[in-house]
Amino acid sequence: MKIAVLVKQVPDSTEITVDKNTGTLVRDGVPSIINPDDLAGLEAALALKDKDDSVEITVISMGPPQAKGMLQETIARGADHAVLLTDRRLGGADTCATSRTLAAALDKIGYDLIIAGRQAIDGDTAQVGPQTAERLNIPQVTYVDEIIELTPEYAVVRKALEDEEQILKVKLPAVLTTLSGMNKPRYMNCMDIVDSFNNPVQIMTYDDLVDILPQNEIGLAGSPTKVHRTFTKDVSAATETFDLPAQETAELIAKTLKDKQLITK
Amino acid sequence: MAKFPDYKDIYVFVEQKNGEPAEVGYELISEARKLVSTIPNMDYKVVGVLLGDNVKDKAEEVIAHGADKVIIVDDPLLKDYSTQFYADALTQIIKEFKPDSFLTGATVLGRDLAPRVAARINAGLTADATKIDIDQDKVADGEALLLVTRPTFGGNLFGTIVCPDTRPQMATIRPKVFDMAPIDETRTGEIIEFKPEWESTTPQVEIMETVAKALEGVDITKANILVGVGRGAEHSIETIKECAKELGGEVCATRAVVEDGFMDKDVQVGQTGKTVRPSLYIACGISGAVQHVAGMEKSDMIIAINRDPEAEIFKIANMGFVGNVDEVLPLLVEEIKKAKAA
Repeated sequence: MKIAVLVKQVPDSTEITVDKNTGTLVRDGVPSIINPDDLAGLEAALALKDKDDSVEITVISMGPPQAKGMLQETIARGADHAVLLTDRRLGGADTCATSRTLAAALDKIGYDLIIAGRQAIDGDTAQVGPQTAERLNIPQVTYVDEIIELTPEYAVVRKALEDEEQILKVKLPAVLTTLSGMNKPRYMNCMDIVDSFNNPVQIMTYDDLVDILPQNEIGLAGSPTKVHRTFTKDVSAATETFDLPAQETAELIAKTLKDKQLITK
Repeated sequence: MAKFPDYKDIYVFVEQKNGEPAEVGYELISEARKLVSTIPNMDYKVVGVLLGDNVKDKAEEVIAHGADKVIIVDDPLLKDYSTQFYADALTQIIKEFKPDSFLTGATVLGRDLAPRVAARINAGLTADATKIDIDQDKVADGEALLLVTRPTFGGNLFGTIVCPDTRPQMATIRPKVFDMAPIDETRTGEIIEFKPEWESTTPQVEIMETVAKALEGVDITKANILVGVGRGAEHSIETIKECAKELGGEVCATRAVVEDGFMDKDVQVGQTGKTVRPSLYIACGISGAVQHVAGMEKSDMIIAINRDPEAEIFKIANMGFVGNVDEVLPLLVEEIKKAKAA
C-alpha cells in the first residue's frame, strides 16, 4: 500500500503580527512550520503504517529549496521517502497550476492513497486536495477527521460537516484531506533525526515532469487567478483614551465598530 | 470587442440539504443582484443553479429571492451530496450555459465541489471570499471583471483576486457576509430543467452513516469578536452576553471572574487560560494584569472600558474609555442594535 502525503511549508501564522504603525505584516523572524492540517495527514499515514507493515509512505512537497529541512523532519517522524518538487519555473502557481504539478509528480511516484491537509494556514484555500484528485480522475473525501479502516480496495473515513458527521466508504485510489484536530502528531527523538540523514530528501524538478506537463500549464503562466492587490486591515495607529459621559461613550464605540465593519446584520 | 462574448450573467449555486436551500445561496443571489445593477448596460441576469432530487418546487422560491432564471437538475443520484455527481452535473451546466461568473457558498460542500469543477474546466477559483465588486474600468470594454477579496494569513492580510483570462470567473463566498434581500413573491422568472448525461452512475463514495455532531462548548479561540469580562463587570454579565450576541461574538473572562464562579474555565483568557487573537476584543472592567494581557494582546483591535483612568489595560488598548461598565454596556447594546437596524 503506497500512501503519498502532500505537505506544505508555511510561516507560523500565529506568530505573524501586523505592525500597528505601518499596517504591514511583520514576517521577520517568523518560524516556518509544516502546515498543521498536513502534519495531521502525515500522522494519520504513520498510524496506518503502525498497523500494517506493507504501508510505504512518500511525503511530497512543492516549494522553495528551504522546504528540504521540513521534509527531512517528516523522514525523522517515520516517512519512508520524501520528495521536494522545486523549480523556479513552478513558482507563482495558484491552486490550479499547483494541482497540475502535484498530479504529474504523483503519476511519476505512484500511489494507492493520497493524503493532503485540508488547507494551508497561509493561503487558506482548501483547493489543492480536491483539484489534485480531479487531475488524477480519482474520488476525494475532504474534511476527514478519522480514517477508520483501510483495505487495498477502499477506505472508510469520517468526514466532519458543519452540523453532522458522515461515515463514508471511498474506493481507492482516492484523495483524503485531513483536519488538524484529528490526531496528536508524534514526537521525533534525537536518534530518529540523526538516522533520517541516511535517507536524504529526493529533489524533483520540472525536467522530471516535462514529458507529461506542458510549460504553459505550470507556474504563474499556468495560473488563471491573479493577485490584483493586497492590503492589511486598518489598525489604529496608537492608543487613545476618552473620558466621556456614558451615552457618548456608547455612541463612539458603536460608531467605531460600524466604521470598521465589525457590526454586521 | 469583448474578450469573452459567449459568456454572460452571474450564476449562483443554491446549495440544499434534504430539499431545503441553505441561506448562503440566497445571500449570494442578493449580492449578485446588486452587482448586476452596477452594470445596467450589460443586461446581465442572475441565474440560480439548483441540484437535487424532487427540488422542482423550490425553483419559485429561488426566483422570489432574486434570481431571473433557475436551472434545475432533478435526479435521484443528486438526493444526497456527492462530489462525483454534483461535479458532473455542474460542469455540464457550465459548458452548456456559459456563465461569465459562478459563485458558490464557502461551506464544507461548496469547498468540496467548486475546486473540483474549476479544475475540470481549468477556470480560476478564488476561495472563501468576503467581498465582490465589478471592475467598473473594464465595463466599457464589455467585460464584467470580478474583483474578489479574501483574507489570508489567518486574516492578517487581504488579497483581491481577478481571473482575467478564463471563464467562468469562479469564487466561493463565506456565508453571512452578505445580507439576504427580502423575499418578493411577485417576481417571475424562467425555469429551465437540465438533464445531464451521466458518465457513470456507479458511486465512488458511499454514505454508510450520518450522525449529528455532539454539541461542544464554544471555542473562544475561533471567535472573531470577543467581549471580555473582568472583575469590574461581574454585575453586567447578562448585558455583556447580549452585547457579544449582537456582534456575533463570544464572551470570555479573566481568571478572577472564573475563580469567582461567574464564568466557566474554558472561556478563561490569559497565561493559565487560552490565548486569543480576534479581530475585536472589548475588555469590560478588566484592569489589564499582565497574565490576562498575555492571552489577548495580539487581538487586532482592543477597546477597553474601565472606571479607573490609571488601569493598565488602557496602555495596550487601541481605544480606551473611562467609564462604568454597568452604565455603558446597556447603552452600547442599544447603539449596536440601532446601527444594525440602520
